[in-house]
Amino acid sequence: MRLFIDFLLGSAKQMLKGNRSYWGWVAFLLACIAVGLVGYASQAGSGLIVTSMRDQVSWAFYIGNFTFLVGVAAAAVVLVIPAYIYQWKPIKEIVIIGELLAVSAITMCLLLVMTDVGRPERAWHMAPWPIGRWNAPSSLLAWDALVLNLYFLLNFAIVTHLLFRAFTKRDYSHRFATPLILFSIPAAVSIHTVTAFLYNGLSARPYWNSAILAPRFLASAFCSGPAIILVVLQVLRRYANLEIKNEAIWKIAELMAYAMFLNLFLFGAEIFREYYSATEHLVFTQYVFTGVHGHDTLVPYAWASLFCSVAAFIIFLVPKTRRNFVTLNFGAFLIYCGVYIEKGIALVIPGFTPSTLGEIYEYFPSRTEVMVTIGVYGAGFLMFTLMLKVAIPIINGSFHLDSRRAAEAGIVQDAATSH
Amino acid sequence: MEPDPRDDPSESSRRQFLKAVGVAASAGAFLAGCDEATREAFFQKHFKELDKDELAKVIARLEKDYSAKAGKPVTVDTTPAMDGVLFGYALDLSRCIGCRRCVYACVKENNQSRDPQIHWITVLEMKKERGVDIFESDPYYDSKEVPRPGHFYMPVQCQQCQNPPCVKTCPVQATWQEPDGIVVVDYNWCIGCRCCMSACPYGARHFNWADPSVPIDELNPVTHYLGNRPRPRGVVEKCTFCVQRSRHGKYPACVEICPVGARKFGNLLDPASEVREVIGGKRVFILKEELNTRPKFFYFYGV
Repeated sequence: MRLFIDFLLGSAKQMLKGNRSYWGWVAFLLACIAVGLVGYASQAGSGLIVTSMRDQVSWAFYIGNFTFLVGVAAAAVVLVIPAYIYQWKPIKEIVIIGELLAVSAITMCLLLVMTDVGRPERAWHMAPWPIGRWNAPSSLLAWDALVLNLYFLLNFAIVTHLLFRAFTKRDYSHRFATPLILFSIPAAVSIHTVTAFLYNGLSARPYWNSAILAPRFLASAFCSGPAIILVVLQVLRRYANLEIKNEAIWKIAELMAYAMFLNLFLFGAEIFREYYSATEHLVFTQYVFTGVHGHDTLVPYAWASLFCSVAAFIIFLVPKTRRNFVTLNFGAFLIYCGVYIEKGIALVIPGFTPSTLGEIYEYFPSRTEVMVTIGVYGAGFLMFTLMLKVAIPIINGSFHLDSRRAAEAGIVQDAATSH
Repeated sequence: MEPDPRDDPSESSRRQFLKAVGVAASAGAFLAGCDEATREAFFQKHFKELDKDELAKVIARLEKDYSAKAGKPVTVDTTPAMDGVLFGYALDLSRCIGCRRCVYACVKENNQSRDPQIHWITVLEMKKERGVDIFESDPYYDSKEVPRPGHFYMPVQCQQCQNPPCVKTCPVQATWQEPDGIVVVDYNWCIGCRCCMSACPYGARHFNWADPSVPIDELNPVTHYLGNRPRPRGVVEKCTFCVQRSRHGKYPACVEICPVGARKFGNLLDPASEVREVIGGKRVFILKEELNTRPKFFYFYGV
């Protein structure tokens, strides 16, 4: 207890000290949150009418961003697999960062769902009996809420344990942490699968009602999640004295190339089926790639996404460009853009366009939707930043329990964990 | 974000307890600041879980609230489904002239918002040479006279599916199928997630994107809890076969208004009902039958 209070107070102190660029970044994120709050205030005042969503396109930008971030959360943790299979030393640190990213991404997901619903104050209705009426097993959103919250708690527990133990210079408890870490891998797959099923199960929307939707979700997530981590690792290496080997970064980039291949292959399979059979369901794909009856708002985005994904695939496939940090970072940026457009825009909106009664309502996010989403990203990245601010000094050994306090508490410190 | 001491169970439960106390205290403070009606509305149980006394209290609260806002007495009925009744509907495509009187009679009867406009019935104008082709239809046709040459009209509203995909997706069971086959929404339980709207193949569900507005003098004061009572912002609503009328032996407003008698309504379990007569005597079809939603709304060509 005393030790944990030390840990909390020490963490708070870590968050409060930093150089000018740290405070500049925090101020920027706070400004984003302020923008979001202004947007949300207008939505809370007038209702979701201030979004561009209407009955024809009843889920859009919020839910698209939610879907993208579920992928980021899932993929961040899947980096646990190579760490444990190959026992790479640097990847253990990557795992901690991945899990912190997962915790932040899930927080953003939950915020986006709460901004999307019409009556957020009734969220408790989703609790199981006797509090609410959780509609399991038939409602996929009910399942999604459950797995996302569990996933949040799971990763939060693991990462807190790892960091607290490292803070007191002890090795982590294998009995406690290892089963949870292993469990977090299928849990990561499950959150993205259940989110895909949320769309997939709706026979009313042929654009989503395809058996390869969940595999496509996973493939694209395994591109976008690591893309963020690649960049974060380099930033940390440069500014936070964290020892990360080039090989680890290149290995992640190689895994991303395979994931992107799978993603493009599955996309091609979908495109073939739609255009060759050319049933009336082709119209949704046409709306995204060529426009229908002159309605072509999404066309440039769809092609940009495809271009980004293909270009990134080539960059990550060729060893020479993969190992050059300029092209590598450009590739990570392209992947991020490609998958963000694909999940954030080209997945949700065409599912509703044309509507079930054949109407084409051209959706484009309103200013409020963009503002609120910026706020959510600001909140998530602020959380990520503050957690990293605590985690990095613990990992590189500069923030730890002082040995006098440890001796008072009778802790046998493990020399191996201190660098 | 401060981490939890997960490695010490007693610690963790204590922190959780303190956290719960904190949350409860702030929620309590918030709710204490509200008046009692707001508090009651917030904690109101799911419609199906209310016992007789609780239901009476809820209805009294709603009637008081609605009446005060309307400046005239508004009643909220809770008549349950009758035994041996399964409502069904039939619509004669060869008679419908696309006048949209049904659309506006429905709006008037069921207190839909006028601004923004919500219509539970959408009339699709179709090209005769294409037949029933939804992707070629036009819901916004605007002409001085109907029917327009070369066109026919297909009104679409909730098809009251026996296998409703909307009910399945609701995460909180705020929508369900009543024993008489009507799919209803508890507006006080709906969280506004709009899963049901994504799931509905007929565009039959509508969301209150803003505060619904109904002019006071146009408000229909005879309402049903599961039907046409005033709705709050942020919830989903839909056609209920005018539950406030049909459960008292009256036709839905759209049936009554139709100038050409294209709309037929009745009890599917009664062999002598109009709707059974249509099913027995005409060739009927249902919309999007490949989705296995099993609508209780039948289209037919009477002539």
